[in-house]
Amino acid sequence: MKATCWMGSNKVEVQEVPDPKILNARDAIVEITSTAICGSDLHLYDGYIPSAMKGDILGHEFMGRVVELGSAVTNLEVGDRVVVPFPIACGNCNACQRSMYSVCENSNPNAGLAEKLWGQSPAGIFGYSHLLGGYAGGQAEYARVPFADVGPLKIEDDGLSDEQVLFLSDIFPTGYMGAEMCDIEPGDVIAVWGAGPVGQFAAASAFLLGADRVIVIDRFAYRLEMARNHYGAETINYDETDVRAALHEMTAGRGPDACIDAVGMEAHHGAMPIHAYDRAKQAVRSQTERPHALRQAITSCRNGGTVSVVGVYGGLADKFPIGAVVNRSLTIKAGQCHVQRYMRPLLERIQNGEIDPTAIITHRMSLSDVSDGYEIFKHKRDGCEKVVLTP
Amino acid sequence: MASTLGWFSTGLGLAQVAAPAAVNRLAGLDDSGARRALMRAMGIRELASGVGILSRRRPTGWLWARVMGDAIDVTLLGAALRAKGNRRSRVAMATAAVVGVTLLDVVASTRTSGGDGRVAEDEPMEGKAITTINVPPEEAYRLWRDLESLAVFMDHLESVRTTGERQSHWVAHGPAGTTVEWDAEIVEDVPGELIAWRSLEGSDVDNAGRVRFVPAAKGRGTEVSVEVRYAAPGGAVGATVAKLLGEEPSQQVKDDLRRLKQVLETGEVVRSDGNPGGTRALGQVRQRAAQPVG
Repeated sequence: MKATCWMGSNKVEVQEVPDPKILNARDAIVEITSTAICGSDLHLYDGYIPSAMKGDILGHEFMGRVVELGSAVTNLEVGDRVVVPFPIACGNCNACQRSMYSVCENSNPNAGLAEKLWGQSPAGIFGYSHLLGGYAGGQAEYARVPFADVGPLKIEDDGLSDEQVLFLSDIFPTGYMGAEMCDIEPGDVIAVWGAGPVGQFAAASAFLLGADRVIVIDRFAYRLEMARNHYGAETINYDETDVRAALHEMTAGRGPDACIDAVGMEAHHGAMPIHAYDRAKQAVRSQTERPHALRQAITSCRNGGTVSVVGVYGGLADKFPIGAVVNRSLTIKAGQCHVQRYMRPLLERIQNGEIDPTAIITHRMSLSDVSDGYEIFKHKRDGCEKVVLTP
Repeated sequence: MASTLGWFSTGLGLAQVAAPAAVNRLAGLDDSGARRALMRAMGIRELASGVGILSRRRPTGWLWARVMGDAIDVTLLGAALRAKGNRRSRVAMATAAVVGVTLLDVVASTRTSGGDGRVAEDEPMEGKAITTINVPPEEAYRLWRDLESLAVFMDHLESVRTTGERQSHWVAHGPAGTTVEWDAEIVEDVPGELIAWRSLEGSDVDNAGRVRFVPAAKGRGTEVSVEVRYAAPGGAVGATVAKLLGEEPSQQVKDDLRRLKQVLETGEVVRSDGNPGGTRALGQVRQRAAQPVG
């Protein structure tokens, strides 16, 4: 089959690789009909995720049709149309039974490596380095899906297009969880750092969960325009405006009730010296993150408020404003999304017309053009917000 | 022996730092300013490992640091032998002395590199691990008591065959494609609580082990703890090599327990494309690219 292989920093190519096979009784093989490039794939593309290997198949946002099933999968049939959640979860361990699917205790066969870096291991993830299991990803024609009796969501309504449901695999639930962690109350103002796909869904979800106002912060005018036009947010362009002063003004000095970091480890900073400092430390790997968005979210949040982190971080951050967290009674909540928890209720919201996930799609490409897709998405060329690929 | 080496390091280090010129002359080295600075630096290194060895109950790491230091010294002296301005006979003598000390260091380091850092010459290797498994103690006990199923999650086992109510025959993978075999008997068996076993006389590898199943609080499953002891093939050196290869006994038991947890909770050993053999220390180090196995 054809698959997108990571071949080193800033290099992906479509290669001919063996077709996946059933390895375990709870596996399924899915023929992929739609897949997407995620912002977190760019961290791999840029070479900032440790333990990626040349030849790794990328991709963790995908859907398709079941073509083969292991003997223990009884809830699916060959031919079923499914969306596959990005965390691989067994459904049986203590974490899964508490609906904490992204910290499944069993799905990472390389748990020992992850423990060395993080203390304990999270779940395995499709196409996301060997620290997270070494699973082949879904920017390909086929994928092997472990624990297929737990993860994949069957789409029975043929009236729904791939594009309407594809993002249930990651970014819609991720944005939604970012908003949910804010424990939104009536009247709340929510600030969202990052107007990429997860930021857009976080903003939309904050409204769905009852926020009074949502303020989105980014530096790309076209992305901020999308947040205003499609999802009704207010916006701040940090290249033009001082973010903390603007937030102070917009909230009459209170600060946002909750702040969502939908940026992660490769943040940019309006003030050149600070950006250069983080950039240099990251380049020599003396910190793995450029945590500027997180720092600003913390310092901007109102006293006693919540900082919700759904942007991806890999290891160690520097100059972390812990003093602000402690002295101002902030709560930090974070996590890779427990996608399995949100797929069904969010599918209902799509069916009810409460949200249109297709609004973020700006580029539709063939899988064979995936390396162009990564370049366009990385450099935000041509107004790029989200690339959907068809094998 | 370790503490002798510790005092030796401290003494030599003090001399190098306090009187680098004298040490340079003694070793037959040209006594320039740069050489003095280098000698002082080497002295600081000696002091660090000396103090490290003397202050630790388990000085293994610092003893290996001495071995590294020896390697640096031999390299520098080798360069000095070829360079002009040095007295070659003295440099050669100094080199011979360092090589001798290196041998002592290797012996001392190897001796203290047992499973838990104690002197391991005549003691067996020990491995311990604990995990929580989301099933009742009886279920975990049942799987373990059916000794033949141990090979499903114990990676180093080829097979276990039950030969009597309490007797069994074990075949395990040895180094370099060999196998080792032994007969074992269960010496303690409390259903739902614990099983202890030991190998019988005439085994390739003498070994013994014990597993306990304790209910975790408030329905959190079962705390499973395992202890194994075995005579290390190849003695202390074998133990050190095994440790360097990531096959240290505690690591092995830990990986086995991880797979036991997978089998009991999910019904299978979890496999990925990069690590199709499932959880084990070596598999994690030697990953394949994450592509389907052809």
